[in-house]
Amino acid sequence: MTVAHTTVTRSAAILISFAVITVLPIFGIVLLSLQPEQAQLSGFELPDRLHFENYARAFAVAHFASYLQSSLIVSVAVVVGTVIVSTLSGYAFGTMRFAGEKVLFYLLLAGLVIPFEAVIVPLYVELRAGRLTNSYWSVILPLIAINSSFGTFWMRAYFRQVPRQLLEAATLDGAGSLRILWKVLLPGARPALLTLVVLVFMWSWNEFLLPLVMLSREDLRTAPLGLAFFSSRYTTDRVGMAAAAVMVALPVVVLFMATHRRFVHGMWVGALKS
Amino acid sequence: MSARGRTALPYLYLLPAFLFFVPFVLVPFVHTVGLSFYDWDGLTAAAFTGFDNYREAFDSALVRSAFGHALGLVFFFGVLPVLLALPLAVSSARARIPGGNALRTLIFLPQAIPVVVVGVSWGWILALDGPLNAGLRALGLEWAAVDWLGSFTWALPSLGLVGTWTLLGLCVTLFFAGLQQIPGSLYDAAAVDGAGRWREFFAVTLPGLKGPITVALSVTVIAALRAFDLVFVTTRGGPGTETVVPGILIYRRAFEDGRLGSAAAIAVILSIVVFAVTFLINRISERNA
Repeated sequence: MTVAHTTVTRSAAILISFAVITVLPIFGIVLLSLQPEQAQLSGFELPDRLHFENYARAFAVAHFASYLQSSLIVSVAVVVGTVIVSTLSGYAFGTMRFAGEKVLFYLLLAGLVIPFEAVIVPLYVELRAGRLTNSYWSVILPLIAINSSFGTFWMRAYFRQVPRQLLEAATLDGAGSLRILWKVLLPGARPALLTLVVLVFMWSWNEFLLPLVMLSREDLRTAPLGLAFFSSRYTTDRVGMAAAAVMVALPVVVLFMATHRRFVHGMWVGALKS
Repeated sequence: MSARGRTALPYLYLLPAFLFFVPFVLVPFVHTVGLSFYDWDGLTAAAFTGFDNYREAFDSALVRSAFGHALGLVFFFGVLPVLLALPLAVSSARARIPGGNALRTLIFLPQAIPVVVVGVSWGWILALDGPLNAGLRALGLEWAAVDWLGSFTWALPSLGLVGTWTLLGLCVTLFFAGLQQIPGSLYDAAAVDGAGRWREFFAVTLPGLKGPITVALSVTVIAALRAFDLVFVTTRGGPGTETVVPGILIYRRAFEDGRLGSAAAIAVILSIVVFAVTFLINRISERNA
């Protein structure tokens, strides 16, 4: 059994070294964020003590409290909107037969391959004409629109695998379609909904191009946008930059860690879309 | 409920999704196509110029190099992670390493981090006085320490490798999940036939992973073609024009130079490339069924 044993050892060594390579840069940034203010280091050095005050400084002085708040408002609104519209449309595509079903579904699915760069220019012109730029709406509404493509695809897949007898029994009982959705289908849809919530939250939190174009007012900036401006303006304050970077990543990383099994499954099924 | 009400019902459920999708995705996309035939600064009247924006794009060395850079990123974002992830997933799946799931979760982690955070972090790591060069100097490789993102030679490969770092875990995860779906009886049959490890890989494992490979390539290649955030926060296209990609050109022309028609034309070309590549990857995978 020595052969099998060396195989396991070698596979483990390869996997561990890749995990180390992956985590090392993240570890480096976290370490940098805990160094004394204005430290100029070039390597991974341990700080004299953990300077958590960098976080307080980035949070208050560098406006990250405001940036994080903007991101939270935008992401929560996009999640709520996307979940509602995708549940309704996924329900129709997954359980009902109607004329034009295929065409409408593929039209909506096109949103998965259309690059955002290909809609951003007219979108900006139109939202500016409607005086919506420099408001959260200019980021929220397009994000709900683009995410509803994946959301519809995702919820349709869930509704399709619900046993038909369940639907037929509820219909025979005289329940209306909205009642069936609410009372019969949604209670079992919680895992599917949770995945959708996590994915859409992460995509919205991480979105960069849309807020970059739509929001020029500083008090509206989202967290990634604030970080990009901060790092280009204060090029010498690397410790502050690191603290800010950790803060911007923390909410989505924690969310990922808490739900990663489901999330990875969601990525897998979700990625099949394209 | 009347017959009429019943037939209208599905459309009522679809209405909210389309109320968002049509004005915020579909109509702007059609407008982009229309806009690409005009010369417009975004403020004064637009002038119809036919295919001039496209002609200019195809003649421009800058636009051509932007798509060339995107192609280079396709190698680092797509091809390289897939080639690395295959042996990584296969060897860790058959060896049943203790803690393997935790390790794979760690490798996946960069995928969850906002690209802007990835960009500013790597900007520090790859800086002339950054930790990577400090490590090289400590190893006595003084000559190898360069300003990675400021170098005409190394800026694009460096950004590419950041992409590899980000997307490797996604590929490993997809392949690992795919491997669990391959029936063990296929491996038993291969063993009975006396297949060696390589033949087993090409006869059983690779065909079994066709779906996950297709998905991984589609996702990563599109990510490479659409790269914007990472370039914007690290090099902004520099040094010179060494890391200019289509997304950066679209942004600059539309929002800095006031050349909205030209930006739209590049956006249309980019969309066609994305559609074509997605179609091609899926087509090849179907053909090899």
